[in-house]
This record gives sequence, structure tokens and C-alpha cells, in this order.
Amino acid sequence: MNIHGIRAIYGFEMARTRRTLLQSIVSPVISTSLYFVVFGAAIGSHMNGIDGVSYGAFIVPGLVMLSLLTQSISNASFGIYFPKFVGTVYEILSAPVSPFEIVAGYVGAAASKSIILGGIILVTARLFVTFQIEHPLWMLAFLVLTAVTFSLFGFIIGIWADNFEKLQLVPLLIVTPLTFLGGSFYSIHMLPPLWQKVTLFNPVVYLISGFRWSFYGVSDVSVGVSLGMTMVFLGICLGLVWWIFHSGYRLKA
Amino acid sequence: MQPIISIQQLSKTYASGFQALKPINLEIHKGELFALLGPNGAGKTTLISIICGIVNPSAGKVLADGHDVVRDYRAARMKIGLVPQELTTDSFETVWNTVSFSRGLFGRSANPAHIEKVLKDLSLWNKKDNKLITLSGGMKRRVMIAKALSHEPQILFLDEPTAGVDVELRRDMWKMVRGLRASGVTIILTTHYIDEAEEMADRIGVINKGELILVEDKAELMNKLGRKQLTLQLQHPLHVLPAGLGGYALELSADGLQLVYRFDTQHEHSGIDVLLRRLAEAGIDFKDLKTSQSSLEDIFVDLVKERA
Repeated sequence: MNIHGIRAIYGFEMARTRRTLLQSIVSPVISTSLYFVVFGAAIGSHMNGIDGVSYGAFIVPGLVMLSLLTQSISNASFGIYFPKFVGTVYEILSAPVSPFEIVAGYVGAAASKSIILGGIILVTARLFVTFQIEHPLWMLAFLVLTAVTFSLFGFIIGIWADNFEKLQLVPLLIVTPLTFLGGSFYSIHMLPPLWQKVTLFNPVVYLISGFRWSFYGVSDVSVGVSLGMTMVFLGICLGLVWWIFHSGYRLKA
Repeated sequence: MQPIISIQQLSKTYASGFQALKPINLEIHKGELFALLGPNGAGKTTLISIICGIVNPSAGKVLADGHDVVRDYRAARMKIGLVPQELTTDSFETVWNTVSFSRGLFGRSANPAHIEKVLKDLSLWNKKDNKLITLSGGMKRRVMIAKALSHEPQILFLDEPTAGVDVELRRDMWKMVRGLRASGVTIILTTHYIDEAEEMADRIGVINKGELILVEDKAELMNKLGRKQLTLQLQHPLHVLPAGLGGYALELSADGLQLVYRFDTQHEHSGIDVLLRRLAEAGIDFKDLKTSQSSLEDIFVDLVKERA
């Protein structure tokens, strides 16, 4: 195991985060604050609580997930896309690092960054609403699992993309809608029966539901199913990454 | 002696169907400076890229210090440093950070003393805290060499290191490469500046259209394929060659003022002394004479043209 190699990649990526601190950390905090002002304070004050949780508190887990998903994807996709774009990827490919070590470095850094971000958002949220975390360990588990899974997903997008447009395409056209429709701002029980069924095809529903359960002990779908679906998605991403390195797809001629 | 790199029946056909390398066999000796010559698109970079793990081979295998570069890539790549042709750098990193990064990536624990030495050897020490984006092209090239040397490789690939580099830096680079070779590093250099190979290499390989058409000791190659010629500027024009000189391969210019004698460098006896004596006997005076030897460039052009 090339520990030095993993550390080099991880350190390189975290240094990039530090260099772009404003963009990496500050802007998601600002946008989250805006969500709270609009959905939490302005609209939320006219809404009844959901499952006994005030609306402001209800959207906290959804908002954290929203940032976690988008940030994990954009961090990881950019992290591997950029060396491909400028050509410095030659060094990674010619180094004595295994695919696992490359992924550990890039995905580890992207996931770390979004976990830190999740923490910052929780702290920011605390300034607007009071909430409790009933199952802190499960909360952390969902946080880490989601960050890792979606950083893997981002890594795959970064490898697949061969221009900047494609890099933005999947997050913009698929992930953002799925997240908004995944129950960030509402309980899926508030939907008409047909849409309640349709929405179960959205993987994000399970993430948000499980994460919300760790806060308030209430959920749209059972925790076991949430956890299971997250693991399934993680498995799919791992399989794809394995295939990418095995075939050299978009990395090696 | 066991070769440090052993290439066996290596070939590469790209997905487009283009055959970049026809089966190649080549052994590189430990400690030598091997120059790989060839026109653009001959397959030089493909060959290097396969050895370094950037391109997958279609068939055949490569051993680096006894380690298969595909199956035992970790051990093989630890020994190899690569300076690619393209100048690609992380613009916002500092020189120090990017070179330290390379060392870590290649599995070595931090060693600031070694990095310092590499940077000083490459005259980069006073730039160590500069961001790469602020460096000139020549300086970036040095940084890429520093990165390749950061993990103390035994084998160094230099893919056209002096392409687009000014004369002074080129001389510096040659000096540095000689220093590396003296320290025991095996160096494989690709170039299409033939004088570079002539100046530096121990052995020369010529690759053309994916085929390794020749591998030869440089001195022997120059000997074997090199030709010498003696040119005489005559005092008075000569219209016909005197009968006594019929046995020599002589060429008389149209104006009759220049006589050219071609001879093989391999022959122990050039025959110049006898020829000059015969000329004196025949009463032919000359005002100047010069001998010249064909360069590696002439040899190379002949070789590549022959196969075209």
C-alpha cells in the first residue's frame, strides 16, 4: 500500500480547497443561509410543523444533504477532471499507485471537504432554528456514507466528462432536480398518492429520509431501507470505478 | 550484464486501428544513455508511454529492472522517472510543493534535503516558492525534470527534453543529463535533434513508422555508416583525369577545379597518402584540401529514406 501516494493526492486536493476557500466553504454557507431566510423564516412561519417538527427544523437535514450531494459531486469531479484537462494526469498514471489509492486520495479529499461543509451548515442552521439530533452516530454514518458515495459518483463524472459542459451537465440536469424532488423541503407523504410511488424511484429520497430520521426519529421510509439503498448506490459507484480502471476508460489509450 | 529495461515483442495498435508500434525487441543496459531517434509520429512517445504505464500495450511485455511494468507495476514504476514532452504543470502550486508532491506520489517519505539538492542542481532553488504559472517555459521544463527526479529513480525517460528550448538552456540540460548519467542513472532520451544524440548518446536506436530499424553503438554506427571525403581545390582546371588515377573513386567537378575523393572510414588504409603522391607525380597542384565526415544526421536521413 502506497500510503505516501494517498497522502500526496489527498494533501494536494485539500490544499486546493484551502486556496479556494471562499468558493469552497463560504458560498455554500451563504446559499444555505438564504434557504433558511426564505424557506425557514419567511415561508416556514406560515406552515404547520411536519410530524411534530417545526418546518424550520424539518428542512435542516434536507439542506445539509442538498449541499453534501452537490458539493461532493463538484469537488470530486473537478478534482480528477482538471488534471485530465491540463495534462498533469500523466504523473498519476505513471506513479506506483493502485486504482484504490488514487480513488482513496481524490474521493477521500472530496468527501472530507463536504463533511466539513456539512458541519459548517449545521452550525449555521443552529443560528436560525433550534433542532436536536436524536441519533448522532447514525447522523454521522449517513453523512459520511453519502459524502463518500456521491464523491465516488463525482469522480466517475469527472472521468467521463471530456469538456467543461459535460462536467456541469449531470449535476445540473439530474442531481439538482432529484435533490429538490427528494424531500428536502417537504415530507413525501404530502404528495398525491401516485407521486408518492413515483418518488420512490428517486435515490435521494432514501438519503434525506434516513438522515432526517437520525435527527428527529421520524422518516418517510424505514431507516433500514434508506441504509440499504444508500449501500446499493455506493456499490454501483464502486463497480463503475473498478470498471474504469480495469478498462482504462478515458484515462489510458 | 542484465539489462535494466527489457522490451519483448512489444506492440501497440490503437482503437482506431492505427498500428503505432510493430513488435519491438530492445534491451537497455544499466547506466547507459540511450537515444531514440525518429521522425514525428514514429512511435517514440508511444513506446515510452507504455513503459511508464500511461498507455496499455496490445501485446508483448516490458521488464524494468526485472519487474513487469504491467503485472508488477508498483516495483517497476518506483524505479522510473518520466519527463513528458508536453509542458503540463499545476499552475497554482509552488515549485517546492509540486516537486514534494511527486516524491510522495511515488511512494517515498518526505526528504527535504533531496528535494533541495534536486532544485539546486537544476538552478531552481531561488524559485522554490514561486507559483508555476509565473515561470518561463524553460523553467517549467526544469520543474518537470525536478519532479521526475524527486523520487530518486534509476531510470529516467526524457521525451524530447530540449524541444522549444533556447541554446543556453539546451547546453545546461545536456550538462545536467551528463551529470545524472555519471551518477549511475540510466537515461533514455528521445529527440529529433540529431546533434543532441550525436553529442550525448552511448547507443542509438532509430525508430520509423513504429518499427525499430536500427540499434547500434553510436561510435560504431558512425564508423559503419559514416563516410569521409577529401576535397581538393586545384590550382589549374583539369579536363580529364590522368590515366594513372583510374583506380580511385574520384569525381571531377564540371569546371575542373575540384576533385572529390570518397573513402570508407572502416578501411584501415584510407589511401590518401598514395593518392596525393600520385597527384604530385602527375603534376597536378592543389591550393587547398579539406576532409569531412558524414554526420549522424546524414546517416539518419539515409536510413529513414531507405525505409520510406
